[in-house]
Amino acid sequence: MSGSHADVSKHVRAYVAVFIALAIGTIVTVAAAQVHIPHPMNYVVAMLIALFKASLVAAIFMHLKWERAANIWILLALCAVFFAALMLLPSLTTFDLPKQAQRIGAWG
Amino acid sequence: MSTQTLPYTVHPHPVTGIYSGKFGTWLFLASEVMLFGALFSSYVLLRVGAPEAPSPLHWPSHEETHLSWRIGGFNTLVLIVSSVTMVMAWASLKMGDFSKGRRYLWLTFLLALTFIVVKLSLEYVPKLRGGYVPAKSTFFSLYYTLTGLHGLHVIGGMVVIGYFLGPGAALWKRDPEYYTNRIECTGLYWHFVDLVWIFLFPVLYLM
Amino acid sequence: MSSHDHHTQGHGSGAHHELSFWRHYVFSTDHKVIGVQYGITALCFLFLGFCLMMMMRWQLAYPGQPMPVIGKFFGEAAMPGGIMLPEFYNSLGAMHGTIMVFLGVVPLLVGAFGNYVMPLQIGAPDMAFPKLNMASYWVFAVGGIVMLVSFFVPGGAANSGWTSYAPLSVIATMGQTLWLIGMVFLITSSLLGSVNFIVTIIQLRAKGLSMFRLPFFVWAQLVTAFLLLLAFPPLEAAGVMQLMDRVAGTSFFMPEGLVVSGVPSTVAGGGSPLLWQHLFWFLAHPEVYVLILPALGIVAEIIANNTRKPLWGYRPMVYSAIFLGFMSFIVWAHHMFMTGMGPTISTFFATTTMIISIPSVIILTALVISLYRASIRFTVPMLFALAFLPMFAIGGLTGLPLGLPASDIPLHDTYYVIGHFHYVVAPGTIFGIFAGIYYWYPKVTGRKMNDVLGKIHFWLSFVFINMVFGPMFVQGLAGVSRRLYSQVGYAHGEAVQSWTITSSWGAWLLGLAQIFFIVNFFMSMRAGKKVSDNPWEATTLEWAAPSPPPHGNFTTPPVVYRPPYEYSVPGLAKDYFPQHAAAEA
Ligand code: HEM
Ligand SMILES: [Cu+2]
Repeated sequence: MSGSHADVSKHVRAYVAVFIALAIGTIVTVAAAQVHIPHPMNYVVAMLIALFKASLVAAIFMHLKWERAANIWILLALCAVFFAALMLLPSLTTFDLPKQAQRIGAWG
Repeated sequence: MSTQTLPYTVHPHPVTGIYSGKFGTWLFLASEVMLFGALFSSYVLLRVGAPEAPSPLHWPSHEETHLSWRIGGFNTLVLIVSSVTMVMAWASLKMGDFSKGRRYLWLTFLLALTFIVVKLSLEYVPKLRGGYVPAKSTFFSLYYTLTGLHGLHVIGGMVVIGYFLGPGAALWKRDPEYYTNRIECTGLYWHFVDLVWIFLFPVLYLM
Repeated sequence: MSSHDHHTQGHGSGAHHELSFWRHYVFSTDHKVIGVQYGITALCFLFLGFCLMMMMRWQLAYPGQPMPVIGKFFGEAAMPGGIMLPEFYNSLGAMHGTIMVFLGVVPLLVGAFGNYVMPLQIGAPDMAFPKLNMASYWVFAVGGIVMLVSFFVPGGAANSGWTSYAPLSVIATMGQTLWLIGMVFLITSSLLGSVNFIVTIIQLRAKGLSMFRLPFFVWAQLVTAFLLLLAFPPLEAAGVMQLMDRVAGTSFFMPEGLVVSGVPSTVAGGGSPLLWQHLFWFLAHPEVYVLILPALGIVAEIIANNTRKPLWGYRPMVYSAIFLGFMSFIVWAHHMFMTGMGPTISTFFATTTMIISIPSVIILTALVISLYRASIRFTVPMLFALAFLPMFAIGGLTGLPLGLPASDIPLHDTYYVIGHFHYVVAPGTIFGIFAGIYYWYPKVTGRKMNDVLGKIHFWLSFVFINMVFGPMFVQGLAGVSRRLYSQVGYAHGEAVQSWTITSSWGAWLLGLAQIFFIVNFFMSMRAGKKVSDNPWEATTLEWAAPSPPPHGNFTTPPVVYRPPYEYSVPGLAKDYFPQHAAAEA
């Protein structure tokens, strides 16, 4: 990453902005939980907010916004694919089983 | 011993555009994504598989878990602030201001300590005393495992930051750029720890 | 630059030398020393794993009979009167698998060959993170020690198989806890190592060494490192969860209503035993490619060198290796057809499994075609490499029926499976390892291993190893289960007992054949023929360094001018054209 002083001091302003956004994000997460969105939509909302906050951290604090190294991007893409595979795992186990067997204990 | 000069420890590789330490840190973080990914995926699987309310095995609502979102929210803020101080430490070093960088590092360290102290004294100990032990239910199994592993990561981060405040600081005199790079790598790790908590907080405290 | 450092450091004062022994041979950061440390440690574990197996083979061949000579050393808890108890048999089986895979083969392929050869082949002075490299060795060593200690705790070592399936593993004796702790160390070590490997290969290649000029071995190591990096963490997570289940009484993998030996279990329940299997195989399928890819890399090097031709299809091989690595993450549930997954999922995983066999076949085919019309040098490493090809083919082809649910259902968990994957890892990978040892021994020691002993070792091993694993297909097709204490007493088992006895004798004879290797290995250190830096007349960079290479490896940093296997280039006087030679000397 380029690292002249001017660049870095520009970053500093971005850091403060992200901090404010993250704080607001946290408040929104808590607020959303108070209004009792029915399950499973409550997870969806919470995860969307978390994803937004996490992207800010990754982009600004972890400098991905300024990162030009292709290595890192390839790595992250690979990681995202396998992460998705991992996340499929729960649904894989259940979705095409007969209804009564979908509860874990029923065949465990 | 290893005064032997390895290339690209400090300066970026002309083709890949990064120095080795940073690349290594990202690789390590990729493996961490898979580690926590597996735990999250276990959470989903166990959550989806849990029976409905009258069953004793149903998933507890957050009223039943007695986990306080106030404490969790406070710790969230602590970690977010610590991420800011961490990145400020790096920015100050980058601009050549060692003592300012050091101050920010100390702040980060103290915030991490705050997180751990709050976690232990206000959450773990009272919960364990009150019978909310890991064996109580699948939810508490997950709660203790996830937060425990995350806590270990926080402590690991404290060790690293502590090292660069203490014996590791000598590197600044020898090679300021190298030192700054290492703080950048520490920062990458530290932000990742923050990032994990951003997901843990709603999932454990608010659902 | 590095050579200069070497000089100024090499001639320290006497006091310096005192420290040097420890820093040079024990806590060294030199990739070559670490490679040798890994190699020696892992060979010892390989031998141990083999010994455990030879004991089990006695029980299988002559069930209920006291084991001659060594039986009486194991005490009442394991072998009263020299007769092996079923619990002890289970421990031996589980630890054989664990030790072979995690403490023997992977540390040899990656820790030893990868560490020693890879930096040389890319012309680097060392690994990118030398201290991390040392740390991964020592973390590995601790993991190994924990595994060894577990044999001596009450109840003996882990006995739930190398797969450690829950809920059995959760209610097992204390050895299982140590197994989990040991695994966490071994996984951590692998993670540190893989980070180091990837950074080294990407960042530290010599000038002119583009990715497509890398020897195939380095490519194999790169893909392997990615597999270790991204597949191992889920097992680490799962290991921690199982540890919690055992130590803190949680129920990640424990269903409700479990009854153990007639007594209802007290755990809260609500967990899923299948979750363990998913997480385990998410690692363990990529792990089988970790067991084979570097061996393919070794074999490719040796075939190119001894056919005196460029590898046929180098690029397709590289692409296949990458594709193989990628696909290996989405085939894991072919180990779980019998767990009651629905048909849609089973079909998906059967399909991916069929797809992943294609790149393996491409690599194997390319290697076979490379032999076509070559004037082959039948050196000892080449013999092992040649034998590797059909053995790996048998292993791979017998795997196809296991990847299809319909044929897997009768074959699952029989000796057919044991036969299948041992053809891959024993006459496959282990032969690859032997080939590598014979091939790179001159680089490490400056001396060659004895040819006659090597050939005897090869032929005996080749015959006996087939005598061990061939009969297992027959047993398996007859329906004999794996992890079975004794097949005598079952009609279908007794019908094929003679095959089992044959297999056992094969194993013991195979053990005896290794004496030729062990003698050769140690004898050649002192008495082996002294050879030049490049005794095989090879083209890749490791042969440009002195034998043994000094600290910092190369006297001058090498520059690379051409692809890795320029053999028999028309119009040149010599039949090989080293990568680092600017023009023909
Ligand atoms: C060359 C000598 C070897 C012999 C004679 C041998 C023999 C056997 C036999 C008979 C079993 C089945 C035991 C049972 O089901 O009760 C077995 C299991 C196994 N072997 Fe080997 N093996 C050898 C080498 C290896 C190598 C090199 C590896 C790994 C790289 C390996 C990995 C395993 C594994 C993972 C199992 C499964 C253990 C379990 O059931 O949990 N073996 N071996
Ligand atoms: Cu598999």
